Amino acid sequence: MKHVKTINVGTLKASVVKPGCKECANSCQSACKTSATVANLPCEHN
Amino acid sequence: MKIHKYKLFGKNIVIDVNSGAIHVVDDVVYDCLDYYENKSKDEIIEILSNKYSNEEVVEALEEIDYLVKEKMLYTEDIYKDMVINDNSPSFIKAMCLNIAHDCNLKCKYCFASEGSYEGKRSLMSAEVGKKAIDFIIKNSGYRHNIEIDLFGGEPLMNFEVIKEIIEYAKSEEKKHGKNIRFTITTNATLLNDEIIDYIDKNMGNVVLSIDGRKEVNDKIRIRYDGSGTFDSILPKIKKMVDKRDKNKQYYVRGTFTHENLDFYNDVAFLADQGFKEISIEPVVLEEDNPLSIKKEDLPVIFEQYEKIAMEIIERKKQGNEFKFYHFNIDINGGPCIYKRISGCGAGYEYVAVTPEGDIYPCHQFVGKEEFKLGNVFEGKIDEKLSNQFKNAHIYNKPKCMECWARFYCSGGCQANNYSFNGDIHKPYEIGCEMMKKRIECAIAIKVFEAMQDF
Repeated sequence: MKHVKTINVGTLKASVVKPGCKECANSCQSACKTSATVANLPCEHN
Repeated sequence: MKIHKYKLFGKNIVIDVNSGAIHVVDDVVYDCLDYYENKSKDEIIEILSNKYSNEEVVEALEEIDYLVKEKMLYTEDIYKDMVINDNSPSFIKAMCLNIAHDCNLKCKYCFASEGSYEGKRSLMSAEVGKKAIDFIIKNSGYRHNIEIDLFGGEPLMNFEVIKEIIEYAKSEEKKHGKNIRFTITTNATLLNDEIIDYIDKNMGNVVLSIDGRKEVNDKIRIRYDGSGTFDSILPKIKKMVDKRDKNKQYYVRGTFTHENLDFYNDVAFLADQGFKEISIEPVVLEEDNPLSIKKEDLPVIFEQYEKIAMEIIERKKQGNEFKFYHFNIDINGGPCIYKRISGCGAGYEYVAVTPEGDIYPCHQFVGKEEFKLGNVFEGKIDEKLSNQFKNAHIYNKPKCMECWARFYCSGGCQANNYSFNGDIHKPYEIGCEMMKKRIECAIAIKVFEAMQDF
């Protein structure tokens, strides 16, 4: 494409197939304690 | 809102909210997107005729059509029913263990009233700590990973009990097939060689508090005699980080207030000290507190986040990278949609336990009696209250449903929502604005990294 560069195609829909195992860290545990950001957690589904 | 577009560092960035796709577009596409949903092709050509030729607009619209067809733009939210119909059980898998409701510092912004949480000063006993371990193992169901944050007050004021609790947790995790990961959050004043070694060996993560430059830190992070802590803690924090097993986590974490809105300088100062994992958080205090973040501070704060993002890009080019906690977004991975819609987990996956064994939805709710969920000696929690938290997801927060950032922040901090608006479903507006700016910056950094490949 001439006018658009796609950086990523989107992973949210694809992640629906995951089981939602909730083994990932809790967003407030690592460093924030006041301003949780969920999107910066790594997925821990093995 | 199906898309979000913004300009940053000379790039036109477009986020497709419901798929998470990210595009960098030229000015023609950027302008076409203002009208794409509501105007016809001919109308858009006409509206933009004074800026672009017919051919340019037609070409741009064709590319937009392609992205729509390929489900990378203007996609629909397909997750709502999945959440509403989710009847799967919840298990508690993270705990903030308030080892000490006491502190040897008197930081001016402390939400925990110098560690006491507006109650009496107290230290957790090993008995309560062990009961808390039993409680979380029993209530963690089939979750394998369990996280426990040793928190306070200052948890190292109760170091002997910490050792006893961890020893107990290690024996219990084996028996029950769990993986318990400990984090400690400390003001670093009590670190010595023995404690540094112990933390390195036993904690998956250590959060070391310092606000940045000496003049900033020592204005706020003070002892009872009013003296600043900077000169004492910086060498100890450096020693802890130097000794740290490189496969394990640490964060050097500070807070900025209305009095140091130039906190880019504090982040840069910490990076100059050689720290690679940095988190500087906005203070959360009631509006009339002179240190609190005001709405009118936002433009300056946004500028600071941009400067931090640019600093990261520049230092990365020089091979001298550092990470800023809130910018650590993985655009090609990250948590699955189930996690993104369910938020921080406070009250149903995550709880805080006081030295007396009382259970609250998180450390920020401690002391608010109406939010007490139970006690570790009873071994169970108030299901009704817990369910209120479980159901406080983005689809039950009208403001979040209008917001492009909902799958990145997941509804924000329930405690802040309650403190500012009296309702966990109503987001804390200043927090939202800062969050959105951080996400924009985080994505812009990723765009810069990706564009190197083009």
